[in-house]
This record gives sequence, structure tokens and C-alpha cells, in this order.
Amino acid sequence: MSPAAARRSAAPQLAAAALVLIGLVAVPWLFSTFQTITVCYGLVFAIAALGYNLLLGYTGLLSFGHSAYFGMGAYTVALLVKYMEWTSMEAFVVAGVLGAGAVAALFGIVCVRYTRIFFGILTLALSQVLWSLALKLFWVTGGTDGLRVPTPKLFFSLLTPAEDKLEFLAYRYYYYVLILFVAATAVMWLIVHSPFGKALQAIRDNETRAEFVGVQVRRYRWVAFVVSGAFTGLAGALWVPLNGLTTPDIVYWPFSGRIVFFVVLGGFRTFWGPIVGAMAYNYLETYAVGYTVYWQLVLGIVFVLIVLTLPQGLAGTAEGLLRRMRRPAPAT
Amino acid sequence: MTLLATRGLSKTFGALRAVDNVDFTVRPGEFLALIGSNGAGKTTLVNLISGLFRPDAGRIEFEGRDVTQQSVNERIRTGIARSFQLVNLFDQMSVFDNVALTVFARERKTRSLFALADRDAAVADEAAAILAQFGLATRARMVAGGLSQGERKLLDVAVAYALRPRLLFLDEPTSGVSTREKAPIMDVVTSVVRSQGITAVVIEHDMDVVFTYSDRIVAMHQGAILADGTPDEIRRNDQVTSTLIGTVAPA
Amino acid sequence: MDTLLTQILNSLFYASTLFLIASGLSLVYGVMRIVNMAHGNLYAFGAYVAAWAVGLAASTLHWSLLFIVLLVGALAAAAVGALLEPTLLRPLYRRPEEYQLLMTFGLLLILEDVMRLVWGPHPLTASALSDALGSISFMGVTYPGYNLFVIAVGVVAAVGLGAFVYRTRFGVMLRATSQNMRMASALGIDVKRVYVQAFTLGCLMAGLGGAIVVPIQGAVLGMGIDALILAFVVVVIGGLGSLEGAAVGALIVGFVRTLGITYFAEVELAVLYLIAAVVLFVRPAGLFARA
Ligand SMILES: Nc1ncnc2c1ncn2[C@@H]1O[C@H](COP(=O)(O)OP(=O)(O)O)[C@@H](O)[C@H]1O
Ligand SMILES: [Mg+2]
Repeated sequence: MSPAAARRSAAPQLAAAALVLIGLVAVPWLFSTFQTITVCYGLVFAIAALGYNLLLGYTGLLSFGHSAYFGMGAYTVALLVKYMEWTSMEAFVVAGVLGAGAVAALFGIVCVRYTRIFFGILTLALSQVLWSLALKLFWVTGGTDGLRVPTPKLFFSLLTPAEDKLEFLAYRYYYYVLILFVAATAVMWLIVHSPFGKALQAIRDNETRAEFVGVQVRRYRWVAFVVSGAFTGLAGALWVPLNGLTTPDIVYWPFSGRIVFFVVLGGFRTFWGPIVGAMAYNYLETYAVGYTVYWQLVLGIVFVLIVLTLPQGLAGTAEGLLRRMRRPAPAT
Repeated sequence: MTLLATRGLSKTFGALRAVDNVDFTVRPGEFLALIGSNGAGKTTLVNLISGLFRPDAGRIEFEGRDVTQQSVNERIRTGIARSFQLVNLFDQMSVFDNVALTVFARERKTRSLFALADRDAAVADEAAAILAQFGLATRARMVAGGLSQGERKLLDVAVAYALRPRLLFLDEPTSGVSTREKAPIMDVVTSVVRSQGITAVVIEHDMDVVFTYSDRIVAMHQGAILADGTPDEIRRNDQVTSTLIGTVAPA
Repeated sequence: MDTLLTQILNSLFYASTLFLIASGLSLVYGVMRIVNMAHGNLYAFGAYVAAWAVGLAASTLHWSLLFIVLLVGALAAAAVGALLEPTLLRPLYRRPEEYQLLMTFGLLLILEDVMRLVWGPHPLTASALSDALGSISFMGVTYPGYNLFVIAVGVVAAVGLGAFVYRTRFGVMLRATSQNMRMASALGIDVKRVYVQAFTLGCLMAGLGGAIVVPIQGAVLGMGIDALILAFVVVVIGGLGSLEGAAVGALIVGFVRTLGITYFAEVELAVLYLIAAVVLFVRPAGLFARA
């Protein structure tokens, strides 16, 4: 494929992405405060899902411990508020990413030695080490009560918190998250389309052959692990001000399961799948919680149906349909 | 003059001596055929030389340097590449990306996270050229998993070749394809290899193919080297004829 | 009160319940190469059903017969397993293995809420049984009789399961299938049947574990998830797919927990997970690795 051809094939995707972006920019103008905040949560989760999918979709590693990095991002912010009395969101973002990245770097050393189910269990076990610390070291972490985080100052204090907290979240903070979401998506797009990203896909497809074309499999897996953790940490850092509070629940492993859910729902074989999945899940959960106390049952049934009948997820299935419509007689 | 030499190379699996005290040499520029019935130890020998397995005993020297303790990656950088008997590709990636990734890895460009791979014109040109050499240009955008068996065998060789090795091991490049497809594959492979002056070791069962294409033949049997000579010498070697050629099962 | 003997018995009690849960998890993995994330919830399901059945029967039956009623919990979990494997897991065997794991995760979510739906948010108890056995005094300690009963059940289950897997014809088929599914199939073993039987047996063990502990701990929401994580720790230490491993892993975790509760309550769980991580690090396939 020549560079020109590559540019041509990416063009429709980028056009669609631009349309979606315009829609996202318009959200606070078109929808209620509550709905805008719901979208905002969706964007935050989408960042986590993007990071997660670098491992599952591109490197072929199924982690059940990403709550650790989300939680690390969140608790880093909360602890900086508690002990250092920081207020700048920019500082929180940087610290959250670094904190989660550091933990991922450490856990990664152990985890990337394994694949398949052992990788899954190991990531799970290590994330639960963090969870039990968040739970039990209550004099630091607040235990089950968690830690409160006030609304931060945005853009180097140029924007100070508005009077009304909801107003602030649905307007200024929404755009703040949107900007970081777009940036994170662009960076992840670059990463998966970089030579490094190709190397990860090669590892996913065939670890042995990857080694035999000169890709040092473990080292690349480790880098992917750290990048993935850092993205999820970014999501955690952005999530705290939105939620106003961080509790050990977000480090507990069902939260990792939720991130897995995002990615499977949207489809882990496509770049956009995790974003679609996170947004869709967020809506599904918000409404399921509103209608019934048995929302987990609803979600579980949806999940099982997706696994059974739509293994490509929402985005993957849609992409497949589009491709078939465009080319009635596939060459392959 | 030798390019590669093994000294007393051995590998056992349980009680089985898959490679047993083998002294195997490859001279620069030759096209060498490694023959032997199934289970003779040919693949295991290549696995040892390419670094997939560690030998239980013995040494491997490349241009006089001991590479026995080197990692797979170091051996690739030294110039040893291989293809696989059972096709070993990146099945969900495009045919083009299978080769392009290999070029990126060779150039140590896979370390860059923040550059679009498709924008690297030098790599794209080289990958396209390699696919053209192997007659796979029209398949570039297909996923590798969708190729025919013959095309997959070619791509497997093309990926190894994209490392620009000095010594290339091809493990049964025509296994599993119809007799009709064998000659075209071997023609492509030999022309590419010879035009680039690459030394090649080919494991092959089809004796017609072996006698047509090789400069020298090494025959293995039960983990040891049974005979070593020119095609004519091997043809006249009764021991080889009786133990091997008569028993080679049609693929 | 906290004599050494009491501590040892407490550890054995923990180990017993852990073994019941972990052995089923390990068995299913050993035969089918599936890590059943819903396993903990089948344990919880066994506990709920047992408590419910005991509650129904308590007024009419003599307490000694209630021990048999407990078994209803185990059988109910087994029935769920026999239903789930052919319907929801079998269609996925040809897909990449991630999907099987994901499916069991979905089942975990569903089962959790099914229990809430059926039995409500409040815990169920079956303390009639543990009360009935009272306390037993020996060697200078007084210890709940029911806990001793649980220890006995654990030992019997370990011996019984071992005999079953290593001594019976069915066990031979299980082990053949676990070593090489294709070969077993070529030898005329009905792999489909072995799979459904193995999965059912695994669920039976989980349900039995739940039924046995319910007179002491009651049945509460969330108990399945906690149990699953501990069972993971057990099988990771012992080696996934190994029965001996499940037994040794259960003992190690049992003793560490007892020690932990006394000496490092804050970080007890963290220590357990760390042990699991360290074992994986030095012996990737666990202490009792099978190929
Ligand atoms: N990884 C392995 N584990 C156990 N035995 C092996 C392994 N690889 C090869 N063998 C055995 O070693 C012998 C030689 O095999 P191989 O080198 O593949 O033979 P060839 O390539 O000449 O057909 C055979 O008996 C084979 O079964
Ligand atoms: Mg071979």
C-alpha cells in the first residue's frame, strides 16, 4: 500500500470521526446538564477503554486488573488534594498519568512474562493488592468512605470553579474532558498505526514469528502494558473531579470487569470499538440503574448475548456491514 | 571457508536424540539441500541454529564467531534468518504489513510509537519491491490468513528474506502444496536468493527439486549426518539411496 | 482461647472450604482449559439454595436430617452447571479462548443478580445446624462441632475426589481428555459428554462448598466474588488443573489467613495476593504444575 493509498483509506474514517466530534462539541448546548454529565462519564471511560484495548485488541493480552491503573490515577489525585492541597487539574492529570504509569511499569515486569489465562489472573491478583491497601490503610485512603475531591482549577487557574458545581461539570469540565479525550484518541491512533503498533499486532498474531523477525516480544509487551496503564490512569484522574469522591470500589476487580465490558461491547478488533462500547455501556448502565435494581442482570444478559452472537462487538459488526454494503462481492 | 559451522551439536527430547553430535557446515554462497526422512532431525537442527532451542551440547559458529549463547534477536542481527515448515505468519495483518513490519523491525524502527507506519516511504517501497519479487504484489492488501497455501509458503519465505539475511534457512518451502505448484515456488525462491547472493539451506523432501536446485546435499538420518556431497555424489551414494530416497514418502 | 490448636483448627477449617471451591475450579480448567469466573457465584448459589432448603425443612425434620437437606444446595449448583455448559459454553469452543472467559464473566454478573432477585438483599442463614452440634471440648480447647464437621467434609471430599479421578474409569477419561482432547476423541471418548460431566462436577464441588459453610457464614450477596478471588489465589499457588495443588494451595492460604487475621489484619489480603504473584513469578504453572 503506497502512502497515498493509505491516506485515501483513512479518509472516510477521519471524516466520520470529525462528524462525531462536532456532535460531541454540541452536547452541552443540546442536552440537559444531567445528560451532558453522562456523556462526560462516557468520554472518561472511553479513554480507559482505549488504553485497555492496546493490550487486548492489539497485543492479545486479556487483563483483568485495569482497575489498578484507573484507581491509581484517581487516588493519586485524591492524595495530592489531601496531603499537598493541590488544586490545578493540569497537575492532577500529569500526576495521575505518571502514578498509574509507574505502577503499570512495576506490575508489568511480572505480568508480561505470561500470556493467556495466567496473564489474566496475575493482573487480577496484583490489582487486588492495591485494592486491599486502599481498603485497609484507611488512615491514608479513607477506607470505604474514600476521599473527597473538590472541583479543581482548570487551565492553569484561568478558569476557576463556577458557583454551581453541576453547571461547572456540564460545561467547563465537559470541554476539558473532551479536549483530553480527543488528544488521547489521536495519540492512541498514532500509536496503533506506528511501527511499534504493527509490532504489537505481530506479537498478538504470532509470538514466535515476531521474535524471529527481530521483535523483542517481552520488552514490547511491557511498553504496551505501561502505555495502557497510563491511559487508564488518565481516565482515573479525570474521573475523580466528576465523581467528587474516590472509593476502593474503583480498584476492586469488578471495575476491571467493567472496562472489559466496554471493550467487548464495542468490539476489540476495531480502533473505535472501545470508544463506542464505553459510551454505549455508560448509557446502558445509567438507564438500567434508573429502571431496575437488577441492572447487573440486564447488563449480564446483554454481555452474554454480545459474546454469543456479536463477537465483533457493536463497532466491529457495523464496520463489517458497511464493508459488505460497499463491496457486494468480497474479494477474499 | 565456512560461513556456518556446528561442532558436536546435540539436542535430546527425553530419551530421543533428535540431533546427535552433528558437525554441519555451510559455505558462503552455496545453495545447500538438507534431506532426510521425517523425524531425521532436520527441523530441530534449524531450530538450534536459529536460536529457538538451546542445544544440550555443542557449539555454533557463524563466520568463526561463537553464537551458541546468542538470543534469537542477536542471531537475526548477525544475519541468520529462517522460514517455518508449518507456515508461521501474522494472519490477521495484511500481506503487505507482514513484510513491512519485518523491514521496520530490521531497521529498528519498531521502537517509534509516534509515527505513522504507512507514511514511511522507504519501508513501503522496499516491502512492495519484496512482494513483487515473490509474485505477491496483487495480494498486498489481503489479510495473510486469506492466502492460498502456496502463497502462504511464499510469504513465509518473503518475510524471512525481508530481514536481508546472509544465511537463510528454508524449512520445506514447498510442503503441503500440490506438485504442480512446487516448481514455480522453487523458481521464485532460488532466483531471489541467488540474485542477492544469499547463502541458503533448504530442507526438502522432493528429490527432483533437490537435484534440480542445489549445489550440495547433506543427508540426515536419526539425528546424525549420513552423507554430504554434490548432487551427483549423493545420487551415486548407495547408503543414501537405500535409507532415504527409497523411503521418502510423497508429500 | 487462642491456643495453637485452635489456630490450627481454624486454618484447617478455612482450608477445607477453600479446597471445595478451588478443586472444582481447577478440575474444570484441567479438563476444559476454561477458567470459570462464575465459579464463585455457583458456590454462592449452593449456599443460598442450601439455606433456603434448610429453612423450609427446619420445622418438620429432625436436625440430623437437615445435613442431608444441605446437599440440595450442591445438587442445585450441579444442575445449573449441567445446563450452562451445553447451551452457553459449547458454542464458543471453536472461538479464541478469550470468549470463553468473557462468557463466564457474563454469567457471573447474571448469577449475582439472580440470587438477589430470588432471595432478596438480606442474608439467609441456616444456623440451626451449627447450633445443633454445639461445642466440643478436647485437649484443653473448646471448639465448635460444626467446624470440625466442615474439616471432615473437606478431607472426605479431597480423598473422594482423588479416588474418583485416579481410580475410576470416568477419571481415566477425564485425565485423557485433559491431556489431549483430540487424541481422546480419536480413541472413542465422547469428549462432549466428558466436558459436560466435568463442568457439572466442578459446579457440584462449588455448590457443596457453599452448602457446607452456610450454617456458619450465612448466604450473603458478594460472597461468590470474594470466594472466587481466594480460589484463584489457591489454584495459582497450587497450579491450575492439579488436585493436589488445590489441596496444598488451600492449606497454605488457610494458614496464612489465620496468621494474617491475628498478626497483620490490615494487609492480610494483600499478602495473599502477593504470595500468589510471587509463586507465579518463580513457578509460572504453580507449585504442582502439570503440563
Ligand atoms: N519440541 C519437541 N519436543 C519433543 N520432541 C520433538 C520436538 N521437536 C522435535 N521432536 C522430535 O524430534 C525428532 C526430530 O524431529 P524434527 O527435527 O522435526 O525432524 P524432521 O524435521 O527431520 O522431520 C522427531 O522424532 C520429533 O518427534
Ligand atoms: Mg521438519
